[in-house]
Amino acid sequence: MRLYAAVAVSGFRRYATYRVATAAGVFTNTVFGFVIAYTFVALWDERPHLGGYDQSQALTFVWVSQGLLAAAALLGGGFQEELQERIRTGDIAVDLYRPADLQLWWLAADLGRAAFHLLGRGAVPVAVGALAFELSLPADPLRWLAFLLSALLGVVVGFALRFLVALCAFWLLDGQGVNMISALMCMFFSGMLLPLTVFPGLFGEIARLLPWAAMLQVPVDVLLGTHSGTGLARALGFQVLWAALLLGAGRALQSLATRKVVVQGG
Amino acid sequence: MAGNELSDDGFIELDGVEKVFDVRRKAGFLRRERHRVRAVDGIGFRVGRGEMVGYIGPNGAGKSTTIKMLTGILTPSAGRLRVAGIDPSRERAGLAHRIGVVFGQRTTLWWDLPLRDSYGLVRRMYRVPEARYRANLDRCVELLDLGALLDVPVRQLSLGQRMRGDIAAALLHDPEVLYLDEPTIGLDVVSKAKVRGFLREVNAERGTTVLLTTHDLTDIEQLCERVMVIDHGRLVHDGGLAELHAAGESERTLVVDLERELPPIEDVPGARTVKVEGPRQWLAFGTGQSAAPIVAAVAERYPLVDLSVREPDIEDVIARMYAGGKGL
Amino acid sequence: MADALARARSVSGGLRAYGLIVAMWVRSTMAYRASFLMTTAGNFAASVLDFVAIMIMFSHIDRLGGFTLPEIALLYGATSTSLGLADLALGNMDRVGRRVRDGTFDILLVRPAPVVAQVAADRFALRRLGRVSQGLLVLGWGVARADVAWTPAKALFTAVTVIAGAGIFAAVFIAGAAFQFWAADASEVQNSFTYGGSTMLQYPPAVFARELVRGATFVVPLAFVNWIPVLRMLGRDDPLGLPGWVDFCGPGVALAMLTAAGLLWRVGLRNYRSTGS
Repeated sequence: MRLYAAVAVSGFRRYATYRVATAAGVFTNTVFGFVIAYTFVALWDERPHLGGYDQSQALTFVWVSQGLLAAAALLGGGFQEELQERIRTGDIAVDLYRPADLQLWWLAADLGRAAFHLLGRGAVPVAVGALAFELSLPADPLRWLAFLLSALLGVVVGFALRFLVALCAFWLLDGQGVNMISALMCMFFSGMLLPLTVFPGLFGEIARLLPWAAMLQVPVDVLLGTHSGTGLARALGFQVLWAALLLGAGRALQSLATRKVVVQGG
Repeated sequence: MAGNELSDDGFIELDGVEKVFDVRRKAGFLRRERHRVRAVDGIGFRVGRGEMVGYIGPNGAGKSTTIKMLTGILTPSAGRLRVAGIDPSRERAGLAHRIGVVFGQRTTLWWDLPLRDSYGLVRRMYRVPEARYRANLDRCVELLDLGALLDVPVRQLSLGQRMRGDIAAALLHDPEVLYLDEPTIGLDVVSKAKVRGFLREVNAERGTTVLLTTHDLTDIEQLCERVMVIDHGRLVHDGGLAELHAAGESERTLVVDLERELPPIEDVPGARTVKVEGPRQWLAFGTGQSAAPIVAAVAERYPLVDLSVREPDIEDVIARMYAGGKGL
Repeated sequence: MADALARARSVSGGLRAYGLIVAMWVRSTMAYRASFLMTTAGNFAASVLDFVAIMIMFSHIDRLGGFTLPEIALLYGATSTSLGLADLALGNMDRVGRRVRDGTFDILLVRPAPVVAQVAADRFALRRLGRVSQGLLVLGWGVARADVAWTPAKALFTAVTVIAGAGIFAAVFIAGAAFQFWAADASEVQNSFTYGGSTMLQYPPAVFARELVRGATFVVPLAFVNWIPVLRMLGRDDPLGLPGWVDFCGPGVALAMLTAAGLLWRVGLRNYRSTGS
């Protein structure tokens, strides 16, 4: 446990060294926040209560999304390419023989990264958004706590998905295609482009059940107070379920991969 | 092809060349301190056409900065610098046709394409006439043993093979001068030998002027009659390798780890203790001597835990040159 | 005169080097043909999903900022095609910072070709045709469905607009790359102006705050990519009340921006050569 804590801390530190890159990222998130916020204002002017949100909730959705973008790695990044590179070059064999679990190791590192991104890249855009627009951020500290928990679960689900994708590199010569599909699904079905509650009919219902919904839509809804009481428990349970399922699948794939490495020697 | 005649006029000329960098260092959370660093601090030398010169010095001494100024990558802060009569920083593109550059650890070859394709790009980019290109390529293939590698994607080549490929790429356009930055670093013995043999051949056959930086004294011994040493941005030696050795008598070092801290070892014939740090001691002995009797003598008289022998490297030679006060 | 001749020669030399390097990257790409096809499809699909989100919006509304869906398609198609073309031509210029850091930038400086051409061609990615083709499809749909009486002159105006728009985005890419000579890690800032700018241009100017529209007209004149010309095509007034002749300034703005970006690049390169960092 101490080991993984240390890995998480070094994951945090590693990203903390890039100050200029962080500032550049915050700038970009803020610009995108403004652009999307204005389109949402126009959209909610035409259709108040679209997707069950009022205008200030919709705007909160925009800015919190921009704040979570880096932490939840909605646009990719993080460890995925690095792990694939290690698999491609065969360095992964070293990792597999280390007295630490591969999946937990990378999860710890990714949680460290996410923690930095939540602070370093999340706070400023949300603050700017709150200054420029009327947001409905909760005053209840318990709601914030629930949001943090939900965001954490979202990060774990995102990690589990990308870990699965990264491990495909054991069998595919070139992981780019899978990476692309994974990034596309994440972009569209996380709610990053448009809240999933706005998606129409059956399509929307299915979209809200997919694992990508656990990455952004659910945490933002928790913050907005859409879920309360048993609803909140159900929302968090939905995330836990996907996290467990996907981490389990990753574990199974990892043991298959280990066998492959042991048999073929890399 | 320029003939093989050596001329005194200086094909490469440097007079009082300086390069000063402003370095910003972190000093606290947001504060940055500015420092002026004189990477090259008033260097002057001449290299004649067809010479092969070693350019050596410790890391950060200013070697790479000099090469970057010679190739026109960097603009000197002061002084006069000419290559073939041209000021590299002003006419970088024009000079590019006349120079070849090999950066030891940065390949210019195309990772996913066969070696041959990289050479094709060089031919077009440098507008090398077809016949000339053929002849040069054939000669490089022969001397560097590239025949079997031409159709192999570069990513599949070993480090040594890639370096050979890179050196060939730098010579296809008949450069008058070739700069090599650490051309043998990390190479296996066979590749090192091939590279050295090739450079000798090119220099003798075409009269290509060669300036190379290296950490490997053997490169210098086998290739260069003349060696220049740079340290802290200044030229501290310019002459033969023999003189360099004489200036800083080369010695090998035996590093021994004893069981406990002991006074300096004094009773081992042929060796003298130069440094003590806790249980670890450094014993210097001449390059001509065998290490075996010294190791045996130490092991017999002292509680030896571990040992290693260090060959003299350029840093040592330079350090000793200073200690002897015989430099410059 | 001699100066102009030298400049012309350097431009043609730059284009030639650009073509040579692009050809090498295309060949490298074709070493992984399956991956190329997949990533091109992915590039296309990413842009499609982007537009699907707008279509979902329009499943709830009829107009946004006074524009119907086909009219939005005109805006979207024009900016997406322009950005796609610029991204295809020199979208990897933002690797300059990385090249400076790992030292491979020096290799470009000892070759007999303009550095800007070499950097522009760096890692040329043919898969970006995916975005261009999606942009053209949406533009075509918008042209077919929007309430515009098309004439040959208007068609020509549209084509010129798309190309001038690509020039404007190209200038932003070049300026962004030049900026990295001072801040090597700041490559993401330019995304604000390219991708962020393009996202903004997909929607009518009436949606945005006046100051934002003004900034996009006079400070970083992205408005000339599509806002001003498309408003002209649709016969609507622009929200800033600019005189009519401004509508035809797109190509001029693109040239001016490219010149300014080129100058910035030269200053940046000179700075690099004197500081080496």
